[in-house]
Amino acid sequence: MATEFHNLQELRRSASLANKVFIQRDYSEGTACRFQTKFPSELESRIERTLFEDTVKTLNTFYAEAEKIGGQSYLEGCLACATAYLIFLCMETRYEKVLKKIAKYIQEQNEKIYAPRGLLITDPIERGMRVIEVSIYEDRGSSGSSSGSSSVSGSTAR
Amino acid sequence: MHLGESTRECEYSQISTRSSTPMETPYKKKTPKKRKWETFPGRNRFYCDGRIMMAKQTGVFYLTLVLILVTCGLFFTFDCWFLAEQLTPIIPVIGAVLFLFVIGTLLRTSFSDPGVLPRATPDEAADLERQIDVANGSTGYRPPPRTKEVVINGQTVKLKYCFTCKIFRPPRASHCSLCDNCVERFDHHCPWVGNCVGKRNYRFFYMFILSLSFLTVFIFAFVITHIILNSQRIGFLSALKDSPASVLEVVVCFFSVWSIVGLSGFHTYLISSNQTTNEDIKGSWSSKRSKDNYNPYSYGNIFTNCCAALCGPLPPSLIDRRGFIQSDAPQLAPPTNGLPMYGSTQSQQSHKVATTPLLQQQQSSEPVILSPENGASLPGRASLALGGPCTSLPLGQPTPPASTPSLSCHEATDLLPIHGHPHNHSHPLQEQLAHHHFLTPEEVPSPPGMLHCGSPLGHSHTMQGSFYNPASQDSLHEDSVRGLVKLSSV
Repeated sequence: MATEFHNLQELRRSASLANKVFIQRDYSEGTACRFQTKFPSELESRIERTLFEDTVKTLNTFYAEAEKIGGQSYLEGCLACATAYLIFLCMETRYEKVLKKIAKYIQEQNEKIYAPRGLLITDPIERGMRVIEVSIYEDRGSSGSSSGSSSVSGSTAR
Repeated sequence: MHLGESTRECEYSQISTRSSTPMETPYKKKTPKKRKWETFPGRNRFYCDGRIMMAKQTGVFYLTLVLILVTCGLFFTFDCWFLAEQLTPIIPVIGAVLFLFVIGTLLRTSFSDPGVLPRATPDEAADLERQIDVANGSTGYRPPPRTKEVVINGQTVKLKYCFTCKIFRPPRASHCSLCDNCVERFDHHCPWVGNCVGKRNYRFFYMFILSLSFLTVFIFAFVITHIILNSQRIGFLSALKDSPASVLEVVVCFFSVWSIVGLSGFHTYLISSNQTTNEDIKGSWSSKRSKDNYNPYSYGNIFTNCCAALCGPLPPSLIDRRGFIQSDAPQLAPPTNGLPMYGSTQSQQSHKVATTPLLQQQQSSEPVILSPENGASLPGRASLALGGPCTSLPLGQPTPPASTPSLSCHEATDLLPIHGHPHNHSHPLQEQLAHHHFLTPEEVPSPPGMLHCGSPLGHSHTMQGSFYNPASQDSLHEDSVRGLVKLSSV
């Protein structure tokens, strides 16, 4: 029936998304990319504090590595300037390499730790490096009226 | 249940069709997917299928290009032969290298993303609004405009909320009113390169003006040499008649040298002290403000500051211009009754309404506040500090107060046809009005006299219902332009 089809589609598509938590940037050390390690209260029942904080801290170290100003970045910058920045047509910048590492790390974390707990971490680069978006999914007890469940989840989102 | 089914149907179709971000298409595309640059909300122009990104007004950029090409072309055609014969053939070689470097850096500055911050997704914006309201409490009294304070290396920095992009701007970011984007480490909007100068293209900009200074000095010196050497043989006037192009080159270079070299010097100072043009003009880190005011971003010594600005890592573009639009991302609070974006919860509705009167209030009180704050101080410092090509728009700040009322009226009518997204109708207008006044928020004391807007919370439900109703859009726009809000305009 049409209703069942709708429900299946929605289950597959939205997977009963209940809430989203946003981990904001931490600017206390300047404009470098860092995220707050404060554990959000909405995740208290879903995941252990240490696991989550570990993930955020690892992400922070990755970003620090990408933005580190040291010998390698100077070399890259000078070489790029000398070749009138044409070298970036064939070479990847260090930042991009680290971003790929981060994407892999997040995917791995999602598979191993977060998905089994009904959570999903979105790569910050997809949100303009503003936030780490953690989507919280609920186990749907019944596939009844989706409008009912969504209004319930909408009010819990408050 | 019939009602449940129909609601679900509405919901289901809304999930695929409604735009979750301003960047997504408003209607379902069965044809090939669109790239994200095609629905980019800012006022930028894209070329080569999203690879090239520039500001909207590019006329002056073409002028720059023409000036450089013509002057160098004349130099290579008329002067280089003489100089290569009489002096050394290395001169044209050096000239060519400089010329190529100048053009390369100019194009790189103009065509790259300056560090635009993408706008917040609706979920993020809703989450922020919720947090702000929780922090302010709902007392019915107008909450003060949105700022956040953060301590960076011992200095207190205020992060401002951008009403257009719906984010708290990172430190050193600023909203460019010409391009309608928030740009990270915003330096200034340069019409000569046809783009903003920000975190990602500042080094290219600096290399451009530095190499252009060398090029202009080089051409100037060698054209003068050519004329002098030639006039020693055949006399001054016949030397001038012999190569009239040289006269043109000398004139162009003479005027350029003062401005370009001056600008290079200014930016060298900025780089060595790790400041942006924006900060320098506002005097954010000047010790005149207070005794213990210092620049928290500076690394302490000139060498490190320079290296960090010029040779530091190049961050990637955050806006993903060439990515394809994903239209089926799961959204948090699906709409009911066809109302898009901000969901159906009461608290969120009241947030929306609470912001609207705030925006109106800002607009009505704007003329009083803006002028003393930036009008008096800005022009003087701008001409003093820059004196070069980039004087026209050193700040990404709203246009001067005098022009704003007409501008917003103009944009009110402009935005109606342009933004065809039915559910996005009210947002761009209000955001336009709002972000033009983002200087005022600190100054506006929220007069208690505006109590007629103090009871929107009570009308929230009906207000939200009418808010996105296209039929009442026009009247709402007119009213907001006049600075009034008819909350009961259902």
